[in-house]
Amino acid sequence: MRYSGLKVITEGLFGNTGWRPAWRDPAPKPEYDVIIIGGGGHGLSTAYYLAKNHGLTNIAVLEKGWIGSGNIGRNTTIVRANYFLPGNSEFYSHSLKLWEGLEADLNYNVMHSQRGLINLFHSDGQRDAFARRGNAMINQGDDAILLDREGVREHLPYLDFEQTRFPIYGGLLHPRGGSARHDAVAWGYARGADRRGVDLIQNCEVTGIDIEDGAVRGVQTTRGAIRARKVGIIVAGRSGQVAAMAGMRLPVESHILQAFVTEGLKPVINHVVSFGMGHFYISQSDKGGLVFGGDLDFYASYASRGNLPMVEHVMEAGMTLMPMIGRAKVLRSWGGIMDMTPDGSPIIDRTHIDGLFIDCGWNYGGFKAVPASGWCMAHLMATGQPHEVARRFRLDRFATGHLLDEEGTGSQHNLH
Amino acid sequence: MRIPCPLCGPRDRREFYYYGAEDYLRRPAPDAPPQAWDDYLHLRDNPAGVTRDLWYHETGCTAWLLVTRNTVTHEILEVALVAGRSVPKPARGRRAAP
Repeated sequence: MRYSGLKVITEGLFGNTGWRPAWRDPAPKPEYDVIIIGGGGHGLSTAYYLAKNHGLTNIAVLEKGWIGSGNIGRNTTIVRANYFLPGNSEFYSHSLKLWEGLEADLNYNVMHSQRGLINLFHSDGQRDAFARRGNAMINQGDDAILLDREGVREHLPYLDFEQTRFPIYGGLLHPRGGSARHDAVAWGYARGADRRGVDLIQNCEVTGIDIEDGAVRGVQTTRGAIRARKVGIIVAGRSGQVAAMAGMRLPVESHILQAFVTEGLKPVINHVVSFGMGHFYISQSDKGGLVFGGDLDFYASYASRGNLPMVEHVMEAGMTLMPMIGRAKVLRSWGGIMDMTPDGSPIIDRTHIDGLFIDCGWNYGGFKAVPASGWCMAHLMATGQPHEVARRFRLDRFATGHLLDEEGTGSQHNLH
Repeated sequence: MRIPCPLCGPRDRREFYYYGAEDYLRRPAPDAPPQAWDDYLHLRDNPAGVTRDLWYHETGCTAWLLVTRNTVTHEILEVALVAGRSVPKPARGRRAAP
């Protein structure tokens, strides 16, 4: 079924009786060409691009919960391409271009909104660093505009520019940055993959990975054994547990990241605003809620909820930057499980086991990467070669020293 | 989350700095092969459940602590001082052929 404005009107006239489920609910077959472990954003987009770009359709996506039940259904939905290092820069640039064509490609409204992202700076040194970053973004073919204080004021008149701790000197505007509807991204990719013949198997937890003579042969699941010669592990915060089934230890430590949503308000914040010095960022969803967050809790955790000190810290930072939000009531908060790598950059690579691939280490920035991660993982699994824009996301880069430390804070698990 | 420091008693989490998994107590010998250093610095078991990691009581007694805790429930099971523990001897690496 193709979605269109005409279809919505027609269905409205006839009692909305013609809508069908957006994807099937198949039972697992005994064997597939490719198994994707994990039905989140990255797993679904990998399956979609395997089918669309590489003509593979005998694919199963195994999801232990339901489609969209993990981080893809709970994140702060920011889409941007403001990376600096070679390796990251071209990857996120590729991802942003895919975002820009995503709705037409998927025939699905993911509510991608390029409302502009502003990173604030608070000193001369920080201005120089942001100017350099902006130049890198422009050289990459993306957009960046360095705003002085008055320039920021035109966009964000409600900020407290004179705050004593971090007076605002200006900001780096990334006009093509913005946000999207997170659930819709999962649903759109799920529907697109299903329409191309991919089996999306929900409530199917992988409990073991079958390996013979150094090659993968399939997986054990709560719904029986399934054979495949190619298996992709794309399970974000749970990467450590699934990799352990293949006898691997990963350069990943799972940490908690909290985020918050207020009650719905009239439109007031028209951009994505990032206040790095205070560890605070905010945008407003199309439903009206202010969506904001801060930094990690900074200890290994799978609790899916954080501790109060970081809640207090984020609220303080928000009040420092924009006192006008002080009367908004927080509706809910949550803690996502983040697969943190020592250098803060991801991994898309083969493993030492033939036919077993891994896509993980997205830290706290996986949402914007969903299209390009799937694109590049599909390329790797179909051709056996890394995609040009993801060739530096090596699993062994910590051993070889080819780090991608975008923040420049060091290669250690507790620093990103 | 409150962490019961063996010297100071139960204290707020804010007084502590998290360093990382207890792997950091097993520093390889200087001549260990690169793989041993990768294991020590980067690769982690990353368990969902009971784990042991190092915390520094930064704004308290400044002791290094080995905390046994549950990463799923945030329950603290045991806290011991790192000082005075018998730290396992580092794995000796094979020297590369000259």
